[in-house]
Amino acid sequence: MKHRISEFFVGLLFGVGLILAGMTDPGKVLGFLDLFGAWDPSLALVMGGAIAVGALGFALAKKRSTNFFGGALNWPTSDQIDTRLLLGAALFGVGWGLAGFCPGPALVSLGAGQIKAAVFVAFMGVGMLVYQLPKGQLP
Amino acid sequence: MTIDWIHFTPWLSLGGGLVLGLATAAFMLLNGRILGISGILGGLLTPKQGDIGWRVAFMLGLLAAPWAVAGLAPEWMQQAPRIDASFGVLAVAGVLVGLGTRLGSGCTSGHGVCGLSRLSLRSLVATLTFMSLGFVTVFAVRHVL
Repeated sequence: MKHRISEFFVGLLFGVGLILAGMTDPGKVLGFLDLFGAWDPSLALVMGGAIAVGALGFALAKKRSTNFFGGALNWPTSDQIDTRLLLGAALFGVGWGLAGFCPGPALVSLGAGQIKAAVFVAFMGVGMLVYQLPKGQLP
Repeated sequence: MTIDWIHFTPWLSLGGGLVLGLATAAFMLLNGRILGISGILGGLLTPKQGDIGWRVAFMLGLLAAPWAVAGLAPEWMQQAPRIDASFGVLAVAGVLVGLGTRLGSGCTSGHGVCGLSRLSLRSLVATLTFMSLGFVTVFAVRHVL
């Protein structure tokens, strides 16, 4: 139960961070991605701030063998840089550039009752399910 | 290059970034999990027994965030979101983001924040790739087409 409570509040905190940072405004995200227009550098500060604190936290976690509740630390295991990674990241980048939404901010905006975000999230789910279908046929 | 000073929000964005980093660190330290939104959501679409509760708890928190901010600190809400994309473009973009993040095993949070925070070369490559394609796509849409 304490895990569930903690997970809920971490999700809440992350959503609050996205709202504060301005990530839930696709216009702001696209303003950052528009290097050749009127450029909004905000997202660089979002990333910088997040990585600075994240790196401290992960450095602390790497010294430990369990989490604070005594359970496992589930570190990612893959370090492969392959076609799958590059193709996936490329498709994601195109979608991100078209809409200005990435998954987290889209979900937060869905929570706020934003209809356009709901459409985006529904089709994002479709895309995720498409990935499940042709296992073994994708690179 | 010209800076969009009207929309640039250095302090709010830096502060928001620090909060994102705090949540990311807390998720690993408290729950032993990587905070990657696409992975957490993707796992819910193909549910496995014993691997659902934590995902649901996190997602409920994420969805509740705008209500918490609007209720407790409405002055922190940024201006109304500017969503210029049509429903058709949002649909195409949604499929690309869903498929791409699953195929590439991560999005802005999992690769961009978590991966770079733990100095993963794989995540650095993924982040540079999706950032580059984001720049190229916006350039194409706004300045070429």
